[in-house]
Amino acid sequence: MSVLATSSPWGFWSYFLDHRSEDLGWLWDHTWLSVVPVIVGLVIALPLGWLARRYEWAYPPLMSVTGILYTIPSIALFVLIPPVLGLDPLTPLQVPIALTLYSVALLVRVVADGLSSVSQETIQAATAIGYRPLGRFLRVELPIAVPVIAAGVRVAVVANVSIVAVAGTIGMSNLGLLFDEGFKLSTKTPYYPPIVLGIVLCVLLALVLDTAVVLLTRAMTPWRRVVR
Amino acid sequence: MIGDVFSWLFDAQHWQAHDFELGIGDQIYNHVLYCSYALIIALAIALPVGLAVGHTGKATWLISAANAVRALPTVGVLVLLVVIIAPHFYGRTNTGYLLPTEIVLVLLAIPPILSNTFAGVQNVDPAARDAAYGMGMTPSQVLRRVELPIALPLIFSGFRSATLQVIATATIASYVTLEGLGRYIYDGLAQQDYPQMISGGLLVALLALTADLVLSLVQRLVVSPGITGKSRRPGTTTNVPDPVSADELAAGAARS
Repeated sequence: MSVLATSSPWGFWSYFLDHRSEDLGWLWDHTWLSVVPVIVGLVIALPLGWLARRYEWAYPPLMSVTGILYTIPSIALFVLIPPVLGLDPLTPLQVPIALTLYSVALLVRVVADGLSSVSQETIQAATAIGYRPLGRFLRVELPIAVPVIAAGVRVAVVANVSIVAVAGTIGMSNLGLLFDEGFKLSTKTPYYPPIVLGIVLCVLLALVLDTAVVLLTRAMTPWRRVVR
Repeated sequence: MIGDVFSWLFDAQHWQAHDFELGIGDQIYNHVLYCSYALIIALAIALPVGLAVGHTGKATWLISAANAVRALPTVGVLVLLVVIIAPHFYGRTNTGYLLPTEIVLVLLAIPPILSNTFAGVQNVDPAARDAAYGMGMTPSQVLRRVELPIALPLIFSGFRSATLQVIATATIASYVTLEGLGRYIYDGLAQQDYPQMISGGLLVALLALTADLVLSLVQRLVVSPGITGKSRRPGTTTNVPDPVSADELAAGAARS
């Protein structure tokens, strides 16, 4: 058994090479589970954040609901979503739905605060040169709010990478299954390679996604480079 | 399914300990106990360090180092530590699983408390600090009577997010065979007893919401009304809610 020969923590690379197709599949699942819910969450949070900013009465209830959502531990939300939505108890959909809810909860507040960072002078100037409310929102207020929103998106993406791994403990396909495997193979003596590989891949994925958001933000806000 | 969940939850059998199974009340107690150990230790470490770093402005690398820990996947670190530590303990005690879990919980709880305490002290209005020194306060008096009370709201928000993360991660600790409310989730999953699994999720969610509610009430009692803006002298300007700060964002960042 070559498996036992490489049970040291540094054996994770040869472990990866031995189980490449399986590990890459989990890495891919982990990646889309970390990214897609944030994109969907942002699309939902934009109108809600606008609503919270536009109408004062909408702000407190929106913040309480999202605050309560953000309080519920991820593993609890995973198992609670299927019965609430009337789905199968172990539907693979529960993870992306839970992550989307977390992303919305985080981003509604961020979008509202980002929009409030737009100065009144700017809004008045945009109105004066003929922007209608929708056009002004899309082409003036939203672009100016991008840096604040992007900071929230970075937090959401990096948090998601860690939460997705939790779903591995209830058998969902992602890098968390590497920890599951390592734990099950360590009944008598520690078998480190899958565990270390999982940690390394999760950290790398978080770094790559975080950098991608930073670069994307930079590309979307060219005027900030001129000012500095 | 929701009916099954409630009949599981309100079945008196599940609230009593029998054979090798603990009752729901015992598991709530265990869960709260594991979390309390970790939060007390983390607070004892992070609060003084955060106050000292914020007050002196030295060794700020400690804050960045603590924040870097947050990028690690919690489950992975938990499993890694269990695999390393558990084989050194034999017998019927659960020390081999409890010890690594507590280490992970403390590691998780330190960054939000530390960075929020630091940020709270750093954000104290320099004029207030200067006024305190001008009145003849010693540095330690300034820290205890001016900087700490002003930093308290941020410290509380750090402690609350630490509490939520600890409750969530203590649940996952059941996956590595520890007791606590997570037992119902992982046992229910293994036995395909979905009402049990969902009841476990419900209990964990309720525990987290209750803990957050209790802490918010304590915060309301402890934080000076002069800081929250509830007692206001005539003529002062109204408080505009600050836009979300990077520190607050980071406090909510690492979760599990």
